Amino acid sequence: MTAATPSAAAHSRPRPFEGLRMWWMMLVISLEERLAYRGDFILGTLMRFLPIVTQLFLWTAVFSATNAADIAGYSRNDIVAYYLLTMITRAFSSMPGLAGGIARSVRDGSVKKYLVQPIDYVSFLLASRIAHKLVYYAVAVFPFAGVFFLCRSFFPPVPDAATIAIFLLSLLLSFLLGFFLEATLGMLGFWFLEVSSIVFAYMLLQYLLSGHMFPLDMLAGIGTGIPGVSLGSVVHWLPFEYTAYFPAAIWLGKIHGTELIRALVIEAVWVVVMAVACRIAWRRGTRRYSAFGG
Amino acid sequence: MVFPYTSPMHNSSQNAATHPQKSRVASREDAGREPVIAVESLAKEYRVYDKPEGLLASISGLFQRKSRIVHALRGVNLSVGRGEFVALLGPNGAGKTTFLKLLSGIITPTRGTAQVLGHVPWERVDDFRRRFALVMGQRNQLWWDLPAAESFRLHKEIYRIDTARFERTRDELVDMLDVRKILLQPVRELSLGERMKLELVAALLHEPQVLFLDEPTIGLDVVAQHTLHRFLTHVQAQRQMTVVLTTHYMKDVAALCERVVVITHGDILYDGSLDEIVDRFTTHKIVTLDLDDTPSLERMERFGFPCEIRGPQVILRIDRPRIAEVLPEILRSERVRDISVEDVPLEEIVAALFRSEAAQPVTTHQEART
Repeated sequence: MTAATPSAAAHSRPRPFEGLRMWWMMLVISLEERLAYRGDFILGTLMRFLPIVTQLFLWTAVFSATNAADIAGYSRNDIVAYYLLTMITRAFSSMPGLAGGIARSVRDGSVKKYLVQPIDYVSFLLASRIAHKLVYYAVAVFPFAGVFFLCRSFFPPVPDAATIAIFLLSLLLSFLLGFFLEATLGMLGFWFLEVSSIVFAYMLLQYLLSGHMFPLDMLAGIGTGIPGVSLGSVVHWLPFEYTAYFPAAIWLGKIHGTELIRALVIEAVWVVVMAVACRIAWRRGTRRYSAFGG
Repeated sequence: MVFPYTSPMHNSSQNAATHPQKSRVASREDAGREPVIAVESLAKEYRVYDKPEGLLASISGLFQRKSRIVHALRGVNLSVGRGEFVALLGPNGAGKTTFLKLLSGIITPTRGTAQVLGHVPWERVDDFRRRFALVMGQRNQLWWDLPAAESFRLHKEIYRIDTARFERTRDELVDMLDVRKILLQPVRELSLGERMKLELVAALLHEPQVLFLDEPTIGLDVVAQHTLHRFLTHVQAQRQMTVVLTTHYMKDVAALCERVVVITHGDILYDGSLDEIVDRFTTHKIVTLDLDDTPSLERMERFGFPCEIRGPQVILRIDRPRIAEVLPEILRSERVRDISVEDVPLEEIVAALFRSEAAQPVTTHQEART
C-alpha cells in the first residue's frame, strides 16, 4: 500500500491518526444509518427474547420427567442461567445480514465502490458492524437487564474478577470470530450468485454445535465411532462453540485452569485463521470479479 | 511497469512510469504534453454462458454449459491529454462501459496496457484512487438512507481532504448546482436529477484530476441536463480536469466535448472533433419549403429526394454538392413563401456512423491534436 506516499494534490498530506479518523467516521456514518430505522430495530430486539421462553418450558418438562437433580452437570437453575448467558454471547457473535449483504453487494455491483475508492472493504464492514452492535446494545441493555434481574435466583454467585475478565475477553473474541466467519461466507458471493443456502447450512451447524441449543457438555458421552474420541472433544476444536457455549461456560465456572487457557488459545487461533481466510477470499474474489465481469 | 512508448515525443512519460515521484512534478510543469490517459492495444474478452430455454435444457445445463467468448474491446489505442473532454459514443453493447471500467480499474484486461495518471488502473494503488473519480449509475457513492452531507463527510476522510479545503470545495460545488437545501434530506427521498447532482458533488470533492462519467444525463429532464452541462463545463475548465464520458445524447456531446471517440463492436471507429464528424459523414442537407400550392411528387423530384409532402409543405433531402445549384432553381421555378436549409440531425449522422463499415478506424489522433 502506498497510503503514505505524498501525492501531487496538497489535500493528501498525511495527518496524525489518519486511520483512526477514518474508522471513527465509518463508525459514525454506520451509527446514523442504523438509527434511521429505529422502530424496526427495537421490535427486532424484543422478539429475540421469545424463543428462550419455549426453551425454558422444554427443560422444565425434561427435568420433571427424568426426576434427575442434574443433566451432564447442569441443574435446572444452571440450564436457565446457561440459556440467558448464551443470549449475551449470541448478541456478540451473531451477525445478522452480514454474509447476505456482502453477496448482494457483489450481485448488484455496489461492491465496485470499494474498488474505485481508496478504502478497504473488510475494514469498512468491521467498522460498520461495530456500530451496529453498539446501537443494538444501547437498545437491548434494558430488556436484558430486566430479564436478568427477574431470573437472578437461577444464577450461581457472581464469579471473581479474573473470571469476569476472561469472560469479557472471550466475548470480544467471539464477536471477531463471528464477524470473520460470516464475512468469509459472504465473500463466496464472488463465486456463487446466491449464498443464502450456504449461509443456511452454516446456521444449522452453528445452531447444533455452538451450544445455542443445549450445553455442549452433553456431547461428552457421545462417541464418534473412533475409540476414545467423543463428539464433545471434536467440537472443542471447531470454531462454533466459541460463538455461544464458551463464554457462558466460563461464567458458570464449567471450565477451569489449563482447559480454559487451551480453549482461549483455540478461539484466538480461529479468529486469526478466519481473518486471514476472509482477506484471501476478498483478494481472490475481486480478482475473479475483475477478470469476469465487473 | 514501463509503458511501451515508441514515439520519441513521449520520452517524458517513459520516465514518468519508472519514477512515479518525478512524474508528478513533471505533470504540473508540462501540462498538456504528457498524456493523462494512455491506452495501447487494450482488449477485453468475456466468457458468457448461454442459458437454454426450457426445463429439460436447463437441467442438462447443470452438467454441460455452452459458452462463447464476447469481445467487448478488441485492441483499442487511445491517448488523452490533460484537460481534454472526451465523449465515448457507440450503440449499446459497443464496449463503452467496459472501456470506462478498465480505465477506472474495476476490471482487468485480457490483453494490452493502459496508464492513467501514470498508474496501471487495475493495480488499484491508493495513490491512483485518490486522484480520479467514477460516476456510474445512480446509487453509486451516496448512502441511500442518509443525507448527502453525511456521505460527503465520509468522503472527506476516505480521500483525506483537509478541512478548510473540503469546506471550500463543497460549498462551491453545492452552490453551483444549487443543491444546498437538499443536503440534509435522506438521499432515497430525492429525485433522479437531484441524486445525480449530489453524486457529482461527491465525486468532485477530492478534486480528481481525471473524471469518468457513465451516462451522466440518462433519465434527466431538459432543465437538469442543461444544468449539468453548464456545471461540468465550468468545473472542467476551472480545474483543467480530464473528463471521459459515455452518453447516448448528442446534446451532451455538442455542449461538452470537443473530441468524440466512436466505438462499435469493441473497436474505435472514429476519433476526432464533432465538427469533423458532421463534415465527413453528412452527405446531404435537409431543405424545408412552404409553397403557395400543393406540388406533385414529380415536380419535387427534380430538386432532390422528397421525404415528405404535406399540402404546401415539403421536406427535401438534397445532396450536399448539389445544394448551391438547386436552391436558386427552386426559388426561380416555385413560388416560395418560406425556406430553410438545415444539416441532418446529429443523432442521424451518428446512427449512420454506428452502422457504417466504410468509416476508417482513426488511431493517429493524438499527434494531430497535441
